[in-house]
Amino acid sequence: MEMPAPNTAVLSKKAKIVERLQSVLPKDAVIYDEAETRAYECDGLSAYRCPPLAAVLPSSTEEVSAVLKICHEEGVPVVPRGSGTSLAGGALPTADSIILGVARLNDVIETDYENRVIKVQTGRTNLSVTGAVEEEDFFYAPDPSSQLACAIAGNIAMNSGGAHCLKYGVTTNNLLGVTLVMMDGTITELGGAHLDAGGLDLLGLICGSEGQLGVVTEATLRILRKPEGARPVLMGFDDNEVAGACVADIIKAGVLPVAIEFMDRPCIEATEAFAGAGYPMCEALLIVEVEGSDAEIDEQLGLIMQIARKHNPVELRESKSAEESAKIWLGRKSAFGAMGQINDYMCLDGTIPVSSLPFVLKRISEMSKDYGLDVANVFHAGDGNMHPLILFDANKPGDLETCEALGADILRLCVEVGGCLTGEHGVGIEKRDLMVDQFAPDDLENQMAVKDVFDPTWLLNPSKVFPLASSESRRALAIAAE
Amino acid sequence: MTPKTEAELADAIASAKPPLRIIGGGTRPIGNPVAGEVLSTANLTGIELYEPGALTIVAKAGTPLADIEEALSKENQRLAFEPMDHRGLLGTKGTPTIGGVVAGNISGPRRVQAGACRDHMLGVRFVDGAGTVLKNGGRVMKNVTGYDLVKLLTGSYGTLGVMSEVSLKVLPKTDTQATVMLHGLDIPQAVKAMSAALGSPYEVSAAAHMPDMGHGAVTMLRVEGFEKSVAYRCDQLKNTLAEYGEITVEADPDKSANIWTASRDVAGFAKTDGDVWRISVKPTDGATLAAKLNTDKLFMDWGGGLIWAVVPKGTDLRARMNGTQGHATLIRADEATRAKLDVFHPELAPIAKISAGLRAKFDPKGILNPGLMA
Repeated sequence: MEMPAPNTAVLSKKAKIVERLQSVLPKDAVIYDEAETRAYECDGLSAYRCPPLAAVLPSSTEEVSAVLKICHEEGVPVVPRGSGTSLAGGALPTADSIILGVARLNDVIETDYENRVIKVQTGRTNLSVTGAVEEEDFFYAPDPSSQLACAIAGNIAMNSGGAHCLKYGVTTNNLLGVTLVMMDGTITELGGAHLDAGGLDLLGLICGSEGQLGVVTEATLRILRKPEGARPVLMGFDDNEVAGACVADIIKAGVLPVAIEFMDRPCIEATEAFAGAGYPMCEALLIVEVEGSDAEIDEQLGLIMQIARKHNPVELRESKSAEESAKIWLGRKSAFGAMGQINDYMCLDGTIPVSSLPFVLKRISEMSKDYGLDVANVFHAGDGNMHPLILFDANKPGDLETCEALGADILRLCVEVGGCLTGEHGVGIEKRDLMVDQFAPDDLENQMAVKDVFDPTWLLNPSKVFPLASSESRRALAIAAE
Repeated sequence: MTPKTEAELADAIASAKPPLRIIGGGTRPIGNPVAGEVLSTANLTGIELYEPGALTIVAKAGTPLADIEEALSKENQRLAFEPMDHRGLLGTKGTPTIGGVVAGNISGPRRVQAGACRDHMLGVRFVDGAGTVLKNGGRVMKNVTGYDLVKLLTGSYGTLGVMSEVSLKVLPKTDTQATVMLHGLDIPQAVKAMSAALGSPYEVSAAAHMPDMGHGAVTMLRVEGFEKSVAYRCDQLKNTLAEYGEITVEADPDKSANIWTASRDVAGFAKTDGDVWRISVKPTDGATLAAKLNTDKLFMDWGGGLIWAVVPKGTDLRARMNGTQGHATLIRADEATRAKLDVFHPELAPIAKISAGLRAKFDPKGILNPGLMA
């Protein structure tokens, strides 16, 4: 992936910029020493690295505003950063940019069980939001795999999902209000603890805008009461087409499982070797989880197994206890770790219409042979969000490039069958150049015009989301203004 | 103008000189009055794609809502956000369209559990004010590719673009339903009870309160699902809410459904005189605000977070909110009143600036429902 050449005018006034930032932040909140800025050189897409000009760690909305105001005046690009877990390079710096990290903004501002909301600063991690309300048996529903580390700020920037969004939705469906700081330092509020912010749905627009429209420092999130219980059933099939048909039948039957996870043979084999969860060796494995009281769970699992039996499963294992549930989830939850043991891997995130599943899996396996790289599939089957894992060897010259080319072809396939490039990870730099495969030039122009309104000189995370060629004239505005 | 294709729609907008008044079925004349030539999407009809196994439907914007609901019903599915039918309340006739539902982000009692219309929107095709055909989102349930203009268009009342096609997430219908009813509660008690119910693990799919307007106050909680599960959860709710006094259960699914159709359409206020306001606040604020509104014609949905109020013509009910966070919309009033009192809640200055900026980008000639929202 190419990144634009840094603005030399910005590089040459580093000392002045640092001095101005130090004037509005505590001494330890401005990091500019070249050895220390390396800590911010990449995010979860670690194949690409570049230390920023400086990194700042503000502790309040007012400090964020002061930083942005200075950067706006000095024409310095700003790359907002949550916990840096983006797999798409959403927080990758350029040499002329300031990393604005929200890690110190991690307070719970208010928990309100009567209105079922929590207000937090956005540097707080996803899992610790649930942690803050767990004692009252509440939880925050979106649960990306990185939930132990990822920040709410990043969840909002990427509109993160998780395994349970079939029932509970993704970030945007659980976000009621934000405090937003604009590039010129203006602080404003959108929405609140009430449902549906008034006027145009700017809250819906901000969510998923990859840190390009403003910096969100506080968020009001919907919290839910925990269900009485949850239990999964595991099923194995000899054919992934049959597994796909089983998923469709379950959905059509009127049961709405809280999660339907799918793993293919390469993934089953790898996780079995790694975690030993006792999975059957077959072509496709489904984990279907439902919630409720014990009796309600029994009834729903009964119905689901009745449907599954019609598809001749090679294995059908209903969990009867918390221990059995943990064992069923063990393999799925260690899938990524298992892959990491074998090889370097690249995790894709395209979404497809569920009906195209068998065709897409067949094509992926053919492409995998053509490119000579193995692909394992693990994904959220209920909503069609695939996570093909392409295995490669980072130390082998050319392997990363081959892997990226295969990844691009798989994502184009997702678009061809009526799906999209990214279901929950975001575009970042990773899928930036593929945007032309999903959108017509007019569509991209329309989206960039939205950024023009929020950030007229394109200083906020400017080299992301849009192909560099498409955004070139706009990014040049920042340089000219400077 | 009633274009029959997206291309005709684009031509109509590209060549339009005077402002346009955009309508779907014309059953929801909500907004500041707009003068202009009528551009109707009523002839852009048809379900383009429906995949029950993928929980997805794609339809042209002018498709009657009833056609969509009928197609879904055959597969035992539905629009889970339960869009309100405004015809009774607003005294309008005509055929509600799916595009109109989306343009107004029209949602019903299940909003508290399943989300609003905007939460079920997957994709949109639209024509902007320059006549350019644009698309955003798609037909899959998880999609973060590019900015979410689907949300922005939903609830924009035709001021950013004219939708030609929408795709929506649908959900299975539930087997049966029942309504747990608490009797004689005052508003603060009712909101407390609704909060307790919505904060319980028993998956309440709607919570509304009808204050005493001569027939006694009643607080209603809907439970949906498989038969045994509904019975179990109703029992659990009765235990949980025992301290609130008399509790009955409407276990007949048809009668329960009727209660919620009436709540959804605010049927009790259909034949009233005066202006109708719709206020969205956090539920506990709803309890205190209700007392300040100085009207006894109130209906509370969304656990107390949505207040419907009828007041004498020309009353500025918004002024009585006195800083309460949230927003008030003047849903029913004559043109003079709507011209005088903003229909939509005034926005904070930075937000108003962004909204105006977006309108200028999407509708550079200022011809799409100009002034309807602000």
